[in-house]
Amino acid sequence: MKIIVCIKQVPDSEAKVVAADGKASWGDAPLVINPFDEYAVEGALQQKEAQGGEVIALCLGPETAKEALKHALAMGSDSAILVSDPALGAVDSQGAAKLLAAAIPKIGGVEMVVFGRQTLDDGTGLTIAQTARVLGWPLLSFAGAIKVDGGKATVERVFEEGKQTISASLPAVVSVVQSIGEPRYPSFMGIRKASKAVIPQWSLADLGVTAPTPVVTRAALDNPPSRDVTCEIITGETPAQIAEALAEKILAEKVL
Amino acid sequence: MYFELNEEQRMWQKTVHDFVAAEVKPKARDIDETATFNWDATRKMGPIGLLGLSIPEEYGGAGVDAISAAIAIEELGWGCGSTALAIAAHNGLGTAPISLYASEELKKRWLPLVASGRGKLGSLALTEPGAGSDLQGGVRTRAEKVGNEWIINGSKMWCTNASIAEYIITLVRTNPAGGSRSLSMILVPTNTPGLRIAPAEKKMGLKGSPTHEVTYEDVRVPLDNLIGEANRGLHQTLATLDGGRISIGALSVGLAQAAYEAAIEYSKQRHTFGKPLAEHQAIQFMLADAATEIEAARLLIYRAAWLKQEGRPYSKEAAMGKLYATEMAERVSRNAIQIHGGYGYSREYPVERIYRDARLMTIGEGTSEMQRMVIARQVLLND
Repeated sequence: MKIIVCIKQVPDSEAKVVAADGKASWGDAPLVINPFDEYAVEGALQQKEAQGGEVIALCLGPETAKEALKHALAMGSDSAILVSDPALGAVDSQGAAKLLAAAIPKIGGVEMVVFGRQTLDDGTGLTIAQTARVLGWPLLSFAGAIKVDGGKATVERVFEEGKQTISASLPAVVSVVQSIGEPRYPSFMGIRKASKAVIPQWSLADLGVTAPTPVVTRAALDNPPSRDVTCEIITGETPAQIAEALAEKILAEKVL
Repeated sequence: MYFELNEEQRMWQKTVHDFVAAEVKPKARDIDETATFNWDATRKMGPIGLLGLSIPEEYGGAGVDAISAAIAIEELGWGCGSTALAIAAHNGLGTAPISLYASEELKKRWLPLVASGRGKLGSLALTEPGAGSDLQGGVRTRAEKVGNEWIINGSKMWCTNASIAEYIITLVRTNPAGGSRSLSMILVPTNTPGLRIAPAEKKMGLKGSPTHEVTYEDVRVPLDNLIGEANRGLHQTLATLDGGRISIGALSVGLAQAAYEAAIEYSKQRHTFGKPLAEHQAIQFMLADAATEIEAARLLIYRAAWLKQEGRPYSKEAAMGKLYATEMAERVSRNAIQIHGGYGYSREYPVERIYRDARLMTIGEGTSEMQRMVIARQVLLND
């Protein structure tokens, strides 16, 4: 089975993101593979182990995003492709879906496309459904377990309310949640392969498309308003007195 | 000259660092307090390649370059001295002699098992009650050929990993005449009758890395369990120990790095005389010295590793690296306690554990005094 895993490169979760001149800035914090996408790679590799076949990591982004693809290779993906073009400016989720849906048929013979449930940066979680829509393939979202049998994928969807089992015929788009299993650590053998890998870069011309016009634009980007916080230390003779004074304060402020 | 890790080494460093931060460092305090070995993390090390650093890929290992091996042990040392020591001993001492000298049959039988993390580890027994630094004259454990078996009698001390190992590579006397060609390495599976592994020694630190006395009473193993050539055991051991020195040096750099990071963090949080500790010059000087010495030690270790992987002589550089890095780790962790003040002496903070762990490094796998002898011998030889 040929499986595509779509990944994105995002600022590290520990990065301090601030708005400056209408743009998000994370200083010199490192860029990493989107943590949710590590679960997607894990899910794709599990399917490869169960079914045989290959896992191809696909990423849309600047040239630096090859680092994220190398992480997917080090985890065990067979190959990687970067879609990148200087003509691409800000790409919204629909634009990303159109570009991914152009790359997937070019790869050819794909039976499953796996995404992480959302990205850590924009976090809309929309690209997944939009890609499925453009491809015209069924979407099996929030999968905590995937089973493929006889040209059909059955997934166990995991949400707050409970679980739901649904299935669809292949090819299909699947998004995975953490219940799929902890992402494996890269191995030294995987790293050796990844560090030597030459990752092909596909331009808009290679895909035969033009830069998509964003349907969603950002009118403004501001930092959250800073809050003035005053700190009051409650004192008393005994712990019981301090507790009592604190309780009275809490009640007076209508916190409880 | 080029002072950067290559891409493969950088990715490897990050992988091991992330693994250690998630699986090893959080358990370091507990395994020290309870003197238990961290099997959970060790099982997960197999697929990453951490248990097959010196094992070729064809036998299930990762076959990493010497700098990548040093990086791995350094990162493990940053997380937990005990775990790092056990894994360093497994790779450098418990499996390297098999990879380098053993027969195809022995390699196939044992290496894939111990590299995978599914089996137990490897160990090497050299030291005896009367033989430490002087193996050539001191080893009394002997093996005699009887029929198609070796019969081994004697005892070993300070055997790292014995109770968590599949086998113990044992240095034995096979030629009673003595001299440099009188010792051999023999692989003894730990379930062999007559082999007795005593309860773990009670130590100052590194309590999560079990160390044992091992006795051999008419222990019988096939002649084929000989590793390498008969009576070449001393040479094989000395070559193995050269590599082990890089490893212990790297481990010490990791310990020092952890103590230094803890000291930096504490010195920024703790206030005295109206300002953070980090703003007092006396503290800054200790931190500056630590940063400088850690860097110097790391470069010595990486250079010795680089010489090793280039196939050039590295005995002197490995000795220099081990000598400097281990003594540096003791100083840096000592000062980290000093910076923490009373809290540093408490088990609530990691620096006292690191200090206890670091203390062994100037003793194990060749004392500082032995390193100075090795260095002096080479320095005088060349002048």
